[in-house]
Amino acid sequence: MKKLLSEDKDIQQFIGNLLRVGVLSASAIALIGGILYLSIHGLETRPDYHQFHNEPVAYTHLTGILNGVLSGNAGSIMQLGVVVLILTPIMRVACSLFSFAVEKDKMYVIITSIVLCIILFSMFCGIKI
Amino acid sequence: MSILTFTLILLVGAYLAGLAGSLTGLGGGVVIIPLLTLGFHIDIRYAIGAALVASIATSSGSASAYVKEGITNIRLGMFLEIATTIGAVIGASIAILMPTNIIAIIFGCVLIFSAAMTLRKKHDQEGFTGSKAAETFKLNGSYPTNEGIVHYKLTNVFKGFSIMSLAGVLSGLLGIGSGALKVLAMDTAMKTPFKVSTTTSNFMIGVTAAASAVVYLQRGYIDPGIAFPVIIGVLCGAFTGTKLLRKMDVKLLRLIFSIAITFVAINMMYNGFNHKF
Repeated sequence: MKKLLSEDKDIQQFIGNLLRVGVLSASAIALIGGILYLSIHGLETRPDYHQFHNEPVAYTHLTGILNGVLSGNAGSIMQLGVVVLILTPIMRVACSLFSFAVEKDKMYVIITSIVLCIILFSMFCGIKI
Repeated sequence: MSILTFTLILLVGAYLAGLAGSLTGLGGGVVIIPLLTLGFHIDIRYAIGAALVASIATSSGSASAYVKEGITNIRLGMFLEIATTIGAVIGASIAILMPTNIIAIIFGCVLIFSAAMTLRKKHDQEGFTGSKAAETFKLNGSYPTNEGIVHYKLTNVFKGFSIMSLAGVLSGLLGIGSGALKVLAMDTAMKTPFKVSTTTSNFMIGVTAAASAVVYLQRGYIDPGIAFPVIIGVLCGAFTGTKLLRKMDVKLLRLIFSIAITFVAINMMYNGFNHKF
């Protein structure tokens, strides 16, 4: 029992670090993209944000974002930071799933899987109209 | 206005939003929406996208500190996440059908409610028996204090679950964490100790926001030029807020912010009624 508890604590520690690393790397990536963006476009006039227009694929889909990053598109690099940020809590749920599996807590393995499935559903089945 | 000036002003604004959100306990997201729409005349859809990003940043940023202390009730959070994530997906789906001025009015109402919630007295309720459902779902827990480990039992599981679904819908619709509703469900309905409900709600905010953020990202609501200064500013602001909270009594500050937020909320509703969104 004691061993189990310490393992649980290790996982908690790991989750805490995961969140920190996720947030820090997300802001670092966004900052790098942001500095690049400002150094190229800084003196241009602000985009017309008071009207909503569809963002290009380089900002809305993972493949588009990654392609943009590879070709050095500053906007895509900033958006990659956003993606890492969004993935952080999702990774946390995945870690909890693992932690419940280690504890052999079947009910919570199921509950956590349901939560993960709902998120994945909204990610892939794209309820975007 | 040049992009550079815009980014710098937005950075300062997001910093203050993060600070206000952290001191009042409302979270970074709620203050971002009026800042962008009323302050910068940005379309509310971009504002919602930015608010989601801000909610995830502050939630994950502060959760990393809480998790280690062992206060967060992960089982309770995960159980209620079923309600909030389903709600968030529904909210994000109906958001597209709803006129933006109606969204602004709903936002104003939620903001006033949230501001009022931060001012209410916080005390843990005693003298009730834990319910059978809480036992079945292993929601009862314990947390460490200076006087040793405190055990607690919960009740009204299904009432809490229903309020959480509503919190999820609002979160998906407005892009905010709706922490106030989450705390309401856990404190008032389920009678979770205050410390536990605050940290658990914070854990849930990130997951709920991520569930709708993946939809909004694909829908093009998240613009990198807005998201970048918002992430950095809100995180730094929340960090300062946490430090201030440790050092001083923020009662007066919290009151001032809550009143200011109420005025902002009325302004949002007024503009919403006049179709200015």
